[in-house]
Amino acid sequence: MATIPPHEDSRFGLRRQVRLTGPLRLDSGAMLGPVDIAYETYGAMNADRSNAILICHALTMDQYVASEHPVTGKPGWWWRLVGEGKPIDPARHFIVCANVIGSCLGSSGPASIDPATGEPYAMRFPVITIADMVRAQAMLLDHLGVDRLATVIGGSMGGMQALTWPTLFPDRVESCIVIASTARHSAQNIAFHEVGRQAIMADPNWRGGDYYADGVTPGAGLAVARMAAHITYLSEAGLTEKFGRRLQGRNAKTFGFDADFQVESYLRHQGLSFVERFDANSYLYITRAMDYYDIAEDHGGSLARAFTASRARFCLVSFDTDWLYPTAESRVIVHALHASGAKASFVELSSPFGHDAFLLECPELNRVVDGFLKGGRA
Amino acid sequence: MSAPLRPDLALIARTVTVGARVLDVGCGEGALMAALRDAKQVDARGLEIDGGNVASAVGRGLSVVQGDADIDLAYYPDQSFDYAILSQTLQTTRRPDRVVEELLRIGKQAFVSFPNFAHWRGRLSLMWGGRMPVTRLLPDTWYDTLNIHHVTVDDFRALVKERGWAIDGQWFLKGDKETTHANANLFAEHAVFLLRK
Repeated sequence: MATIPPHEDSRFGLRRQVRLTGPLRLDSGAMLGPVDIAYETYGAMNADRSNAILICHALTMDQYVASEHPVTGKPGWWWRLVGEGKPIDPARHFIVCANVIGSCLGSSGPASIDPATGEPYAMRFPVITIADMVRAQAMLLDHLGVDRLATVIGGSMGGMQALTWPTLFPDRVESCIVIASTARHSAQNIAFHEVGRQAIMADPNWRGGDYYADGVTPGAGLAVARMAAHITYLSEAGLTEKFGRRLQGRNAKTFGFDADFQVESYLRHQGLSFVERFDANSYLYITRAMDYYDIAEDHGGSLARAFTASRARFCLVSFDTDWLYPTAESRVIVHALHASGAKASFVELSSPFGHDAFLLECPELNRVVDGFLKGGRA
Repeated sequence: MSAPLRPDLALIARTVTVGARVLDVGCGEGALMAALRDAKQVDARGLEIDGGNVASAVGRGLSVVQGDADIDLAYYPDQSFDYAILSQTLQTTRRPDRVVEELLRIGKQAFVSFPNFAHWRGRLSLMWGGRMPVTRLLPDTWYDTLNIHHVTVDDFRALVKERGWAIDGQWFLKGDKETTHANANLFAEHAVFLLRK
């Protein structure tokens, strides 16, 4: 298969989708099959297949890491880090980014057709975990002929997948970059997610998840879920700087419940635009997967033990204004990596943008990722 | 390719054995780590408090963790390195004695280097000027220096004796050159000790 130039091999390129027979045994014990995976690849594998980078996406992101989103028309969500002349560069790297299972951008999820019934799975889709997402990615890499990853990288939930990779497939990962993430979901993390899920399930249009037939979706509930979550992605200082107490298109308070404040208007817009591109049931499933995530729990309570079989180099990055996955969570990982003898780097970067910083302009992040990637070749 | 090492670091770099596992505490931008990696195939890890320095070190492919020697050394396993190195950082820690204890727990041996506060220039400054010395090795004024625990060669020797540590090597520097052990407390600008527990 290595003899086929990438541009003539239909497995490679933008907007790919593959149906893998599976079945994939999930952490819940359920079997998922077939497994659809939507993905993109950029660049080409080199002769010794040593330049593969897997990029893992966050909760509401997708496989369009460095290409235009088909629904929103926006540039790839990590264009600042991935692209020509960027730290992750298709000219040097073979880059893979896949939509996680449970999502709604082409990979198997609650909106997919259940082969047993011919109807959408809806809530009959099995509950998945972060590890299940990673196992599905491994199936995709098998399909693509990628045995080893030079790097697996992700931010937020993408960082959870990246960190899970060397624990499940220690022989397939040479280095691992975990940005603005954690080794387990905290009570506070779970609490925020539960607010979002309850908002969706309280929407009368949710109907136990069976809303696909008539297309009347629980948009109001999903929008509220997104609004609540969006607050956790920003910093208090960032919100104050961006909006303060400024009023939206008016000179005085209306003494009503219209969006008087700019911050209200902004959040409403965030909620509404999210509904256009995301499935409410997928939001339930993926937030559940994140809540179940606790790497130490899967290794007898010892995070260090999770990494003993790995030979990977690790790079962890946190942001000083991120209160969703604060620096302390990254330090927990660093200490465990030390205890396991792994090569680890860690830096807390300064940014006013809170958790969202990993997606935004941050030259220091590019410098760290670039140096870390090149360090492996020194 | 890179700038020459600071004299105390060059001395440490000469002494570290090939292929050793090294933890550089207060590694800055990783000059010593890079030199050890390139010249002696050392498996080097760093701890550095300043985020900008960490970014630079990671940017040159080194494994460096942002952290505080006073706090984060506790998370390194016992005897997990051949050498733990603390160069020109001792005098900036809150509890230098505990930091050295930690170095000797983590490393089989520990290099500790520090500016000697009893160098004659400093003494003269205090004796004749009545002012805290500002010298080449101690360039900051008393109010903006990071050095919160000034230490002399004899102070350090006393601590080593009190704690029962063994001295496997000691070097003294005057400018860029090594100087004799005799009267080091008066004539050395800089001291490097190699300790063992």
